[in-house]
Amino acid sequence: MRHRPRLAVWKFASCDGCQLSLLDCEDELLALTEAIEIAHFTEATQASLPGPYDLSLVEGSITTPVDAERILEVRRQSKCLVTIGACASAGGIQALRNFAGIEDVVATVYPTPSYIRTLATSTPIAAHVPVDFELRGCPINKAQLLEVIAAFLAGRKPAVSSYSVCIECKRRGNVCVMIQGIPCLGPTTHAGCGAICPAYRRGCYGCFGPMESANTTALAREWQARGASSLQVNRALRSFNAAAEAFQTEALRHER
Amino acid sequence: MTAGQSGMARCINLAALQVLIQLLAGDGYAVIGPIRRDDAIVYDRIAGITDLPAGWTDDQGPGHYALVRRGDDALFGYAVGPDAWKRFLHPPVETLWRAQREGDTFTLAAPRAPAPRYAFLGVRACDLRAIAIQDRVFCQGAYTDRSYADRRRNAFIVAVHCGGVGGNCFCASMGCGPRVDAGFDLALTELVDPAPHRFLIEVGSEAGAAMLARLDSEEATSSDLDLAESVFKRAASQMGRHINTRGLKELLQTQPHHPRWDEVAARCMACGNCTMACPTCFCTTIEDHGSIDESSAERVRTWDSCFTLDFSFIHGGSVRQSASSRYRQWLTHKLAHWIDQFGVAGCVGCGRCITWCPVGIDLTEEVAALRMATDPGSTVSHEHP
Ligand code: SF4
Ligand code: SF4
Ligand code: SF4
Ligand code: SF4
Repeated sequence: MRHRPRLAVWKFASCDGCQLSLLDCEDELLALTEAIEIAHFTEATQASLPGPYDLSLVEGSITTPVDAERILEVRRQSKCLVTIGACASAGGIQALRNFAGIEDVVATVYPTPSYIRTLATSTPIAAHVPVDFELRGCPINKAQLLEVIAAFLAGRKPAVSSYSVCIECKRRGNVCVMIQGIPCLGPTTHAGCGAICPAYRRGCYGCFGPMESANTTALAREWQARGASSLQVNRALRSFNAAAEAFQTEALRHER
Repeated sequence: MTAGQSGMARCINLAALQVLIQLLAGDGYAVIGPIRRDDAIVYDRIAGITDLPAGWTDDQGPGHYALVRRGDDALFGYAVGPDAWKRFLHPPVETLWRAQREGDTFTLAAPRAPAPRYAFLGVRACDLRAIAIQDRVFCQGAYTDRSYADRRRNAFIVAVHCGGVGGNCFCASMGCGPRVDAGFDLALTELVDPAPHRFLIEVGSEAGAAMLARLDSEEATSSDLDLAESVFKRAASQMGRHINTRGLKELLQTQPHHPRWDEVAARCMACGNCTMACPTCFCTTIEDHGSIDESSAERVRTWDSCFTLDFSFIHGGSVRQSASSRYRQWLTHKLAHWIDQFGVAGCVGCGRCITWCPVGIDLTEEVAALRMATDPGSTVSHEHP
């Protein structure tokens, strides 16, 4: 039997939803464990094998001094490092702290703030170490995760597109909700979900972060022309990908 | 063949239209027609005339679409909706082949089930032209796209003349409507008022003639023909938009640095909606996928858009980085380079790209603005920032 590449799955500040997508791959899980050796994946097994690892999947953002050190070691031990999810790729919902005073945030959440040692910001993995591929989404799409792993095993580029959600939306045959008066982030949001929300007559929430050339200024102008307030624009861009550049910059323009 | 000249024009009533749908279904066609879904009129499977959006029309403007009630029970009293027939003839996602590993070798299988036999009910003049344009693209070049050609060959087309037209329609400017002239098996003109509700029916092919012979029909009276003529005239006079096509190809091909490209790029999000909604845009991309255990692989073709960065990706990066270069590619391809490539323009004036652009960018307005710099006689105001 040929050498099985060694996989490690790491968790930083996150909700575990993206890692769970891997366990969710029920039909493919057997083939997966035959193709790769799971060396470290605490969500699935206590056993942890030492590095180096051929492929590391990293979930979560960097929010503590300890994690800022730990990610350096993960990188050192990993031939290929792929971030999974909005936290690891953009800082996640917890990056809302970036726009508030950290003392206030800690005092609001914890009864004894003095116990807490944290950083003032939540930052994506790429702000700390080089990243080979960022898989977007809150949470990631498990079909895309399998595509990334299969592409890694075959030594090819993953077929993961960075254009707008609108392209998936039109392919799916949805009637555009934005045109019918429901504010939608789809035109500036990275594809990957398959345009789920517009399929259920909701505007896109931007879970996959900014698309490749996101003109959030044009979209915000249009939202406002259609009656959205500055606060609504700000709130919509300040969610799971609040610290992603195209969202962050435009949201700032709509800060009270 | 037009109604007026042939002397053969006939009329059918609502019951016969119902029979037409049933006969087509009985002949093995998947009958696709307009239905009301998600507050829009889209094309989908229909079983009978009660599926049709009786009494509805659409209010369309740049980035705007809303259904509103009509004062009558017309079945086809609206313009084109979000979908084009390319969804069926040139589907958004198509698996081209699958490969299965068998020991040291592999087998290839084209997963092509027999091509579906579609009967389209309610194809408008602009969309007939759009189908003819995609025929050129897929069937009349050096290579034929077999799956498109099979679906196309099997299709039975019932066209409908536009009674009232939409706010973004400009088929008349493009010479593509509103009157249906070719490319159909049967063509209907809906006559609602005065009662009885009926349809003038014209034959465009042998298959259409054979089908008409199976329907109860009456010879059209001269007042039917006059009424139909007034329907055509009304539609032609109601065009919501207009493009001056005189010298347009040369104009577009000589203005690569016009400031308007940057101006439109500030508004354009490169979302690709316009190309997806357009009935003639044909671009696709290919994705290869392999299974985790490397036992199988497949090649999938999906609709693509010249607004994506990957579209122009070559060694070293994407050629069209700026949104202005991507908008310019779209507009110049549709209205200029297409003529060099296929002998006709790539726009039929259906207005979908205007309606379904989330920020309401209107190509007729962009063309007028581009014209301004070179043609001071034009009447549209110049809108540089
Ligand atoms: S509903 Fe949203 S994602 Fe879909 S096409 Fe419209 S703007 Fe784009
Ligand atoms: S370019 Fe616009 S108006 Fe012309 S055919 Fe395409 S969608 Fe219709
Ligand atoms: S306008 Fe763009 S998407 Fe449409 S056919 Fe031309 S290159 Fe393709
Ligand atoms: S013109 Fe409109 S629909 Fe087309 S890419 Fe630009 S914003 Fe999207």
